[in-house]
Amino acid sequence: MKIFVCIKQVPDTETRIQLKADRSGIEETGIKWVMNPYDEYAVEEALKLRESKGAGTVTVVTIGPKTRVTDALRTAMAMGADDGIVIDSADHLDPYLTAKALAGAIQKEGAFDIVFTGKLAIDDNAASVPQILAESLGVPHVTMVTKFSASGTIAAEREVEGGAREVFEIQGPCVIAANKGLNTPRYASLPGIMKAKKKPLKELTLADTGMQASQIKVRLKNFELPPEKPKVKMIAGDAGAQAKELVQLLLEEAKVL
Amino acid sequence: MGKVFVFIEGLQDLKKGSLELLTAAKASGREVVAGLIGANVKGLAAKAAQYGAKTVFIADASTLAAYNPDTFAETLTVMIKESGADVVLGSSSSLTRDLFPRVAARLDSGVASDCTILQLTSGDVKARRPLYAGKCTAEVEFVGSPVKFVLMRPNQLPVGSPDSAATATNKDFSPPAGTGKITNKEVVKGTSTKTDLTEANVIVSGGRGMQNGENFKILEELANAIGATVGASRAVADAGWVPHSMQVGQTGKTVAPSLYIAAGISGAIQHLAGMSGSKVIVAINKDADAPIFQKATYGLVGDLFEIVPKMTEEFKKALHK
Repeated sequence: MKIFVCIKQVPDTETRIQLKADRSGIEETGIKWVMNPYDEYAVEEALKLRESKGAGTVTVVTIGPKTRVTDALRTAMAMGADDGIVIDSADHLDPYLTAKALAGAIQKEGAFDIVFTGKLAIDDNAASVPQILAESLGVPHVTMVTKFSASGTIAAEREVEGGAREVFEIQGPCVIAANKGLNTPRYASLPGIMKAKKKPLKELTLADTGMQASQIKVRLKNFELPPEKPKVKMIAGDAGAQAKELVQLLLEEAKVL
Repeated sequence: MGKVFVFIEGLQDLKKGSLELLTAAKASGREVVAGLIGANVKGLAAKAAQYGAKTVFIADASTLAAYNPDTFAETLTVMIKESGADVVLGSSSSLTRDLFPRVAARLDSGVASDCTILQLTSGDVKARRPLYAGKCTAEVEFVGSPVKFVLMRPNQLPVGSPDSAATATNKDFSPPAGTGKITNKEVVKGTSTKTDLTEANVIVSGGRGMQNGENFKILEELANAIGATVGASRAVADAGWVPHSMQVGQTGKTVAPSLYIAAGISGAIQHLAGMSGSKVIVAINKDADAPIFQKATYGLVGDLFEIVPKMTEEFKKALHK
């Protein structure tokens, strides 16, 4: 089985966000970069699938400034992925260009069976790349996947509103976007980390994937920090008095009910 | 003048989010085309007309009863092309978030997903969306995008009053055959009959301070008294006290209700990421130093097991006078 996993490097959740003076983006000095948490589920599912089949390869692919984003590929390779592809480009491409470039890189490798991704990246929260990638590759997709199996046909389950679940059956190659709950990602072992350093890593340019930096569809601008919240109003007294005052404030001051 | 296409999810009734978008579409002065895809959805067309749709495109077929990314994408693409609209609006949901990027790619266009601000005029569309877990926002500018797709979070825009005399021209679309590469085999119903967290206008959430899953019943009682949906923090979902579908936060659901009541939730960044867009936040915690108080509108330091039942009582008194 030829399996691909598309991953993204994102600022750690705890990062304090500061804006550039011209508000064209965030200040990136001092940021701790990590693999997008949802992509860890994608890598884990790919490794599990390769293990269950007893054969096959897991190739991790990413796009961004190669000197930085290669770390995310090495992390995935330390978890167990066989090799990596980095598409060297500026950061913050839009989902359209990102997906098109990833599709181009995957197509260069010939036929594939499954592409795993995370359901979204926690930096821009667009949740768009998996679907555009699937469209570009001409294959079906399932997003927000919490259950997956590939014995015979492929079955993927996703959770929707009200705790309902949609169960899909897929014929042939596809893109599967992983959600929390799909599995428990393994940690990279020390020998794994040592081995990862020697695993093959292919470097591509955006042009190698058939794309150009100008081929974006949306651009983010005029970044703003959220308005300062007014200071919290503390409500004192015993439980009865607190509850009474709160209910009164919610109904008469905040008028939310 | 441009046209605007509003995609409406085919459910029993129009969602509040769809009404918000129809209202904004009508107010823009553009001609409004609504699109309905599903089974037994024809009946919703009249309501869409009352909220501003001049034309309603309908694909109503038993084969469209359950969501299929393949057939829905094909149907929506045909509808948008036929409408001639250069702006397509949808209310953010697990269906639209799955569907819109695929359709946009098919039309070589971009999507602004998960937006919280929409400015739609007769000639332009601007949207703003949260980034980095709500720690900042940015404006989305469309470049070289023939059709501009915007997905709005529910509860961000006003709903206008319906015009009961308004009617629309309906047009039927036959369901596509699809590629057959993907089939929706089954939709397993959820147990919850409440409004989903992502659409709820009021949410009562519990954290580690609830001590166990059993204790969530006091939150259920409060929620029932005020028509709220119950949520939870990650710690609670990970401990298995409640299902993951109830988790609010960065790795759970992003919510933006009018009122968010956090009981026994300390306020880890991961949780704040999912709910800081709430208009009014009430924090109840026994620890006066809990970070949740920095984000709260109203703070109550004390024992939630005493305060929450009292709140239920007070709400019942005040709301059912």
